[in-house]
Amino acid sequence: MDIYMEEIMDHYKNPRNKGKIKKADFTLADSNPLCGDELEISIKLEKDQQTVKEIKFTGKGCAISQASMSILSEYLIGKKLQQIIALKNEDLFRLLGNIQLSVMRVKCALLGLRAVQKAIVVYKIGK
Amino acid sequence: MINNIKKDFPLLNKKINNKQIVYLDNAATTQKPDAVIYAISDYYNKYNANVYRGIYKISEEATVEYELAHARVADFISCHKEEIIFTKNTTESINLLAYSFLNSTLLIGEINKNDNKKESKEDNKEENLFILNKGDEILLTEMEHHSNLVPWQQLAKKLGLKLRFMKIDKKGKFIIDKRLFTEKTRIVAVTHVSNVLGTINDVKKIVKLAHMQNALVVVDAAQSVPHMPVNVHELDCDFMAFSGHKMLASTGIGCLYGKKKLLEKMQPFMYGGGMIHLVDCENASWNNLPMKFEAGTPPIAEAISMTAAIDYLTKQGMKNIRRHEMELTTYALERLKKIKGLVIYGPDTAEERCGVISFNLKNIHPHDIATVLDKENIAIRAGNHCSQPLMNALQTNATCRVSFYLYNTFDDIDRLVKCLEKVKKIFS
Repeated sequence: MDIYMEEIMDHYKNPRNKGKIKKADFTLADSNPLCGDELEISIKLEKDQQTVKEIKFTGKGCAISQASMSILSEYLIGKKLQQIIALKNEDLFRLLGNIQLSVMRVKCALLGLRAVQKAIVVYKIGK
Repeated sequence: MINNIKKDFPLLNKKINNKQIVYLDNAATTQKPDAVIYAISDYYNKYNANVYRGIYKISEEATVEYELAHARVADFISCHKEEIIFTKNTTESINLLAYSFLNSTLLIGEINKNDNKKESKEDNKEENLFILNKGDEILLTEMEHHSNLVPWQQLAKKLGLKLRFMKIDKKGKFIIDKRLFTEKTRIVAVTHVSNVLGTINDVKKIVKLAHMQNALVVVDAAQSVPHMPVNVHELDCDFMAFSGHKMLASTGIGCLYGKKKLLEKMQPFMYGGGMIHLVDCENASWNNLPMKFEAGTPPIAEAISMTAAIDYLTKQGMKNIRRHEMELTTYALERLKKIKGLVIYGPDTAEERCGVISFNLKNIHPHDIATVLDKENIAIRAGNHCSQPLMNALQTNATCRVSFYLYNTFDDIDRLVKCLEKVKKIFS
């Protein structure tokens, strides 16, 4: 599958859930310094404190890192924190439509998932 | 122009999807001609043995060839063969130096303090240059590769030194501010040619200013020695570092040039076999130059590949190579400037720069550009090029970079430009 297939380009050009949540339960900024990809994620939880109610992100970087975050953000709404932590790389690749990613580009695709998982871990430790 | 030499480079003739590769990442590493590949296999096929040790023919042959490599490199940059130390690469060369400063300061500096005997300064003039004191300064530039920055940062932390930086201007040249050269300045470490912008820096002027303050000058020549005639004697720098793999030779071989009178007074960085003269249970004395700095079994095949690489480059002529790359650069700058939304970093003309061009396409990340180019079998570099401080100065976090060598052609640039237009279409 072509790396710049229509869905990726659509999410890159029109990212979903872009922005910041003012009263977020937690936020986290992460980057791939080698590439210059950056993301900042904010998450608001349901009253149960377990389920993602809202997620927003800001950032800059390549089409893969930004589209991947956009696609992931849609998927994460309504998911439990435990479920999100358990997500594997392959789950994310599936969400991206199993596009062909070279070794060098895999880390771009994974930046969003890594950041969200890191944010959850930090949030849980803090509690 | 240098014509029709791609045939000498097996990899450049390989086709993927029926397309010949356009290799434009020569600032990262270069392709190897048959002659270099042959020299390496010839060593392993015919005279593989350790050097300086065996009293038998193949060891002698290996020793002769290994020593010849020093002589060939020395000729290439106009110095004596004792002044060429083989290392792994430019990075190791600079680390070697940084550690030598540390070792001199710890070993000699402390002895002097304890002995409390003030020998006449003139006797130890060279030795004292390596002994640093708290508050001494290292002068760098904003365009250094991490390899000519981080070793000095760490040395500064260990010895309480201060780092000072020459800023760069809008055209990607550093501003030589004379006020930065003071009696506190002990080391000046600058790049000869920027690996990001291609800027050719006025090293000679830096050397003059530094020497007026008795500071030592270290030149990172990784991007200059492969691409233009370099004469260390004329530059008068104290040390120079460069890598073999960026000039047609194998990976795993780099060079450190140092003035003989300095190398003789410098403390070694790596200890072990080969670098010693006499050893007892408590003490050791050091071997002659350059062995004093080449502990352990050296990279023999890699050094031999250096001889073959220099033979190849010399046959083409370094002046011709420089002229060839200037023509390519002028052509590329002209073609790239015509692409709407494309920003070029660095100096305007090929006279002021080597065949390295960094650019960005508006609103398209360099990695996306490189990925699309790769599909057309065009290899370029995208990222921060191990130069994060420079990226900050340029107010970007990544660039695309194309870099040429003697085998590149106008046709390579035409294919690049055509494909950049395609990138724009995909992302429009």
